[in-house]
Amino acid sequence: MKPFAYHKPDSVSAAVALLAAHANAVPLAGGMTLVPTMKQRLAGPDHIVDLSGIAGLSGVSMDGGTLVIGASTRHADVASSELVLAKLPALARLAGRIGDQQVRHRGTIGGSIANNDPAADYPAAVLALGADIVTDRRSIRADDFFIDMFETALEPGEIVTSVRFPLPDAAAYCKFANPASRYALAGVFVAKTGDAVRVAVTGAASAVFRAGDIETALSESFEPSALERISIDASGLMADIHADSEYRAQLVMVMARRAVAMALSPG
Amino acid sequence: MSEVIGIGSSPKRKEDARFVRGRGNYVADIKRPNMLVGVFHRSEHAHAILKSVDVSAALAVPGVRAVFTGEDMKADNVGGLPVGWGIKGKDGEPMKEPPHPPMAHGKVRYVGDAIAFVVAETEEQAQAASELVVVDYEVLPAVVGLVDALKPGAPAIYDEVENNLCCDWHLGDAPAVEAAFRSAAHVASIELVNNRLIGNPLEPRAAIGEYDFATGQYTLWTTSQFPHVVRLLMGEMVLHIPQHKLRVVAPDVGGGFGVKQFHYAEEAVVTWAAGRLGGAVKWVCQRSEGFVSDAHGRDHVTEAELALDEAGKFLAMRVKTLANMGAYLSTFGPNIPTNLYAPLLSGVYVIPSIYCEVKCVFTNTVPVDAYRGAGRPEATFVVERLVDLAAREMGIDKIEIRKRNMISRESYPYQTPVLVEYDSGDPRGCLDRAEVLADVAGFEARRAEAASRGKYLGLGISTYVEACGLAPSRLAGQLGARGGLYESATVRVHPSGVVTVLIGTHNHGQGHETTFAQIVSDHLGVPFEDVSIVCGDTDRVQFGMGTYGSRSLVVGGAALAKANDKVILKGRKIAAHQLEAALDDIIFEKGEFSVAGTDRKKSFVEIAGSAYVPFDYPLETLEPGLEEQAFYDPVNFTYPGGAHFAEVEIDPETGVVTIMRYTAVDDVGTVINPMIVHGQLHGGIAQGIGQALFEHGVYDQTSGQLLSGSFMDYCMPRADNLPNFLLEQHSTTCTHTPMGVKGCGECGTIGSPAAIISAVVDALKPLGVSHVDMPATPNHIWNIIRSSSARLAAE
Repeated sequence: MKPFAYHKPDSVSAAVALLAAHANAVPLAGGMTLVPTMKQRLAGPDHIVDLSGIAGLSGVSMDGGTLVIGASTRHADVASSELVLAKLPALARLAGRIGDQQVRHRGTIGGSIANNDPAADYPAAVLALGADIVTDRRSIRADDFFIDMFETALEPGEIVTSVRFPLPDAAAYCKFANPASRYALAGVFVAKTGDAVRVAVTGAASAVFRAGDIETALSESFEPSALERISIDASGLMADIHADSEYRAQLVMVMARRAVAMALSPG
Repeated sequence: MSEVIGIGSSPKRKEDARFVRGRGNYVADIKRPNMLVGVFHRSEHAHAILKSVDVSAALAVPGVRAVFTGEDMKADNVGGLPVGWGIKGKDGEPMKEPPHPPMAHGKVRYVGDAIAFVVAETEEQAQAASELVVVDYEVLPAVVGLVDALKPGAPAIYDEVENNLCCDWHLGDAPAVEAAFRSAAHVASIELVNNRLIGNPLEPRAAIGEYDFATGQYTLWTTSQFPHVVRLLMGEMVLHIPQHKLRVVAPDVGGGFGVKQFHYAEEAVVTWAAGRLGGAVKWVCQRSEGFVSDAHGRDHVTEAELALDEAGKFLAMRVKTLANMGAYLSTFGPNIPTNLYAPLLSGVYVIPSIYCEVKCVFTNTVPVDAYRGAGRPEATFVVERLVDLAAREMGIDKIEIRKRNMISRESYPYQTPVLVEYDSGDPRGCLDRAEVLADVAGFEARRAEAASRGKYLGLGISTYVEACGLAPSRLAGQLGARGGLYESATVRVHPSGVVTVLIGTHNHGQGHETTFAQIVSDHLGVPFEDVSIVCGDTDRVQFGMGTYGSRSLVVGGAALAKANDKVILKGRKIAAHQLEAALDDIIFEKGEFSVAGTDRKKSFVEIAGSAYVPFDYPLETLEPGLEEQAFYDPVNFTYPGGAHFAEVEIDPETGVVTIMRYTAVDDVGTVINPMIVHGQLHGGIAQGIGQALFEHGVYDQTSGQLLSGSFMDYCMPRADNLPNFLLEQHSTTCTHTPMGVKGCGECGTIGSPAAIISAVVDALKPLGVSHVDMPATPNHIWNIIRSSSARLAAE
């Protein structure tokens, strides 16, 4: 690991100021991606701005009909939150299956979505649920947030402070984990709100995306059988030593059907 | 708790008290005064000429003490890393054995080949400097696949090695096999791949070299399974350090699985660098570095045929294997796919004639060597896949065909047509018991139930035999070993009667501190807690060949038993003197020396005390002291074996294979500690399942880059991949080892891959699938299901 200066501000404004003041400064949330890449010397920031000392950035609450999760909330805390379990159990279940125990007790929702790993779980929920990402300076719609692999709408030095989830009528997330890394090879989040269905896919392409054909089919009939004659185009999907793109396309459809079944009979 | 805990008990493992509390002492934990840290700069290309290596920028980094290259070592007359076995080809010519410099000069031959060693005061400085080493490569075409490497016009990895062929080896009676095939009613043929594995012990490798200018003494601390052999190989052949000036210490080691039983370049480099700089130099392998510098395992491509008569009786077997050596010969590299492979091709069956040829091939990959099982899992996989296939093609039940061809218990000792003579065994007994435990009778009902849920259920079987307890030196020498393979033990009885054992095997997870203490407790009648086991230090332990090939109990335990016998004899002599009786009248039982037929006796503790206070000894016939040493060279290999059943369920939508049941009945001979044997079997089976379903060392065929170079891409088996195992022993007693032991370290790894694949193929039987290569990953299985379904639909 290359040497760096460590900062631990106690407010969002101080963190933003530090990030603005120093060249080659990066925010540290749970560090689940940043720290390993630093250890491998693939990343070598000169300044680390640790967000974990900022009061009020973590926790779960309701604001009217919206579930608000602070950016520094750890996956394990989302998974075990009684509020999340009651209001948006699909999200609690997703959080409880990210990585492993150690990751879930360090990793944060803000860190996950700001990193936008193409195989991360949270981006699928945020996109399918049409959440809003609140930062130190604005609110960004999920549809505008995830740009491409490891790329988001965040400006340099902009810090995610919370994610606001509208509550769906039914939702579920189903993932097929990469046997080695346990990241998603294909993860599908389905959310039904009124007649509208949103479906987001992670792990299968260079970034999380909405699956239009699946959404259309499910909008007509929110049943696994509605997807039996649908397939998705494999040509835009990733291929690697674990899964070729045809297989990923198959997994997307299987996970979508299973997610719908799960959404229809939660528990 | 001061009691005798003998053979057959399962005390908790002594060593775990420190391991589970994080108090082990591993090489990476060791700090020496003013110790420097070294980092390797490794080749990023699979095959390239080193036009220049510029270390000037690295040397300028603050804290950097030296940057060494392969040219520096060459200029200092450092030798190449030696090979422990020299095999000969069909033509009687010795294998091609090109030099293996500890750091490359002139040319690099695989991604990870060491180019420079940067030594600095801190690891950060060394890493930063390593990034500044500038290598001017002339990149050459690379070849990583076995078939490709042998093709005319393939890139030549060595100018002096034609067709990249290290050795064209064979074993068996080719004319007899040809004749048998001509008369066969049926021939089953298969082509298969034994996938490349990367061992990944929990503790990465590490080494510290130290040189004391005052005494001229070198010390190497290393993560080794055989420190004495490292001293021999490195001292004599690489660095030319006399053995009395070189101490090699392998302290606590966190798993080996074969990966740590070779003499590695890094050991020589840190020791040599310490000599150049004075003081100590430490290197700790990074995990990602381990993927490209630890020797890999397996990697065969095989064509095999089995000839049968009308009744399904085996007549002959013919096997052609290509075995990957990697870019250089590792310590045992050429021995594994030859001497530890072909002699096991008879399995537990009567096969009148067998012929096997093996081409050992150089490629631009990490060197390949022994990995738990080492040749025997590969042999078992060939035999058992062929037997499954023959059964299916001839319409014979796959369990029945095995029973029809098994060596009966009465036929032991059984001479196979491939060198080895099995001393003991009861394969049918293992199979019959496993068949019951696995509830084979209930399988079809379970299959129907799975089918009702849209799942494919399959039942798989594998029998196996292994040759372990390496090795009878005489036989090994005939096969090309360049050293003996005995083991040694010293039993040191202290004046208070407590015992220290100094033994040449090495404990890196196997529980030797417990098992060997049980043997001493049993034989000498001393409390279990009063026995300490010392290993892994050439300055403390007399000599040893180390731990690999399921040899520690078989060979090391035998040496220990012999030494115990000597201690008892010496104790009887002392007792005879003290009790004023004839030696022949002194009997030793339950920790007491007594005069037969009398109540006159001395306890073991009394005799031990007296041995060190010889006030009245007849010194011309009775020496003081109570310490004995024994070397044991086995008269034969041992042949553990067994029968494994696996039941797997396949989800046709995703291709996921889930193991529903795993049953194994193994013959490991006498069991010293049942709990430890179970642990060995559990770990071995898990590793075999890893090979069958998950693990795969994958190279890019063009660039020679390792694609599975981290745990993100190299899939280790995990607890949630495994069912509970149902295990039993059905042991016969080894006829030639002192305690009747056979060894158990590799059984699980040998039996399980074939059992799992047998089950996967059985599950896919409705689709007409007759073989599945390992690893049976979800994508691989889904592709097979899809293509088979399409073919069936078209028919």
